[in-house]
Amino acid sequence: MRAVNRQPGRLGPIAAVLPFALALLVYALASNARLAENPNDKLLPSMSSIVDAVERVAFEPDRRSGEYLFWNDTGSSLRRLSIGVLAAAAIGLGIGVLNGLLPWFGAFGSPWVRALSMIPPLAILPILFIAFGIGELAKVMLIVLGTAPFLMRDVEQRVRELPREQLVKAQTLDASSWQIASRVVLPQVLPRLLDGVRLSLGAAWLFLIAAEAIASTDGLGYRIFLVRRYLAMDVILPYVAWITLLAFLLDYGLKRLNRALFPWYGV
Amino acid sequence: MSFIKVRNVWKRYPVVGARGAEKVVLENIRLEVQEREFVTIVGASGCGKTTFLRLLLGETTPCQGAIELAGEPLAAEPDANRGVVFQRYSVFPHLTALGNVLLGLELRSSRLLGRTFGAKRARNVEQAERMLDRVGLLSSAGAYASQLSGGMQQRLALAQTLVTAPRILLLDEPFGALDPGIRADMHELVSRLHEELALTVFMVTHDISEGFKLGTRLLVFDKPRVDPHEPDFYGATITFDLPVANDRQANAAAQALADSTHLPRKHDDR
Repeated sequence: MRAVNRQPGRLGPIAAVLPFALALLVYALASNARLAENPNDKLLPSMSSIVDAVERVAFEPDRRSGEYLFWNDTGSSLRRLSIGVLAAAAIGLGIGVLNGLLPWFGAFGSPWVRALSMIPPLAILPILFIAFGIGELAKVMLIVLGTAPFLMRDVEQRVRELPREQLVKAQTLDASSWQIASRVVLPQVLPRLLDGVRLSLGAAWLFLIAAEAIASTDGLGYRIFLVRRYLAMDVILPYVAWITLLAFLLDYGLKRLNRALFPWYGV
Repeated sequence: MSFIKVRNVWKRYPVVGARGAEKVVLENIRLEVQEREFVTIVGASGCGKTTFLRLLLGETTPCQGAIELAGEPLAAEPDANRGVVFQRYSVFPHLTALGNVLLGLELRSSRLLGRTFGAKRARNVEQAERMLDRVGLLSSAGAYASQLSGGMQQRLALAQTLVTAPRILLLDEPFGALDPGIRADMHELVSRLHEELALTVFMVTHDISEGFKLGTRLLVFDKPRVDPHEPDFYGATITFDLPVANDRQANAAAQALADSTHLPRKHDDR
């Protein structure tokens, strides 16, 4: 039988878990080997020391501040991420729909957005710190500037992809430009916007961690870059795994949300 | 005075990739159409049938000449005078069947929100449901348009267009993507609606038997002159304009005669 026709069938879930189990196993073996040679090795800490570190940061109050660092960091990071992504989505939706639907608006806005999206956001991070200070605003703005141009272009493209027939049809039903935007275009673009947000979440995390690493006093990215000084791999590794899990859950949640809110989408 | 008057209309398009070059699509179209005529338009592909329909729709404008509707020049953009059903994408996938028919009514009742509430909505829903019933879709009122089959979507498109009572109904190969059995059902439906609602219809089709079956008048678009060295120099025009005396028309006439002779004329209070 050809390879393209072979189906995993009931073995599918097992196949999905296997690479993860294999990675853990390889890590455990490598860690054991290093620790056998030098019990003070910090590069590949043993599973038990990772568990100890997680207990210390997540379930015991910090000796200096009395806060649970892990949850504190998670809250701060998720707050920045969600504010930034929500703002970017709102901007992306507004500008994208206007650019895609109104020819005159697009004539001005479309080339501008295309140029804007070519600016590497990290290159203007210093400008953000100068303009907005090193508080929350600069970090959120980095996420907004990093993801909004993509969302604006994506939404504009989705609007242009709507069949010409639908826009003509709406006009024959006496729809004004505003009604076409609000009753025909906007509801059809929203699920596509959610898809766009899912795709831009990776970039949003990147900019969040970059901003936290450079100027912050809490947050997941801050913590990772802080404990790097002590080579504390036993904290860095669970933090990275936690960020990965959060990103996965956000992506999955948005996917479910899309299906629940827009049952007609993708039928 | 004619209901629709097409006066010496020309349409040229720029040729893609050749700067300054133009392609004549339609040349010197002259046509007068009365109210309640069912005009079918046939012809080979690429001879301007759809372009002509788009001119009537206002989606594009003539390069020369003019089109008048009831003595007034036609608006240069699509409006509520002209309803349309395309071959595909005529319904809104994000609305239910009822929502699709309701849309035209709601857009009119509420210019700002495009939605109605309370008693106003109840009246609109009632009207929309009557129209859905008329095209046989009342039982699918709650289904999203994207879940309906191709034939049902075209029925829905008709209901959606007709609920706002346009003065002209434009059909662009509306049954081209349907299989034969369903197409016959749709023919029956369109004929019935044409009579019941006293519509003026233009229908583009590539199926000449469909043109004869449905129309009261059949137009053939063709290029009468072709220059083999300069194929874009001459455009298509109406080469045949045939009145179609079909059974449907004869039956309707006989029925009308019977009604007027045997029954007292009903008072029309509409």
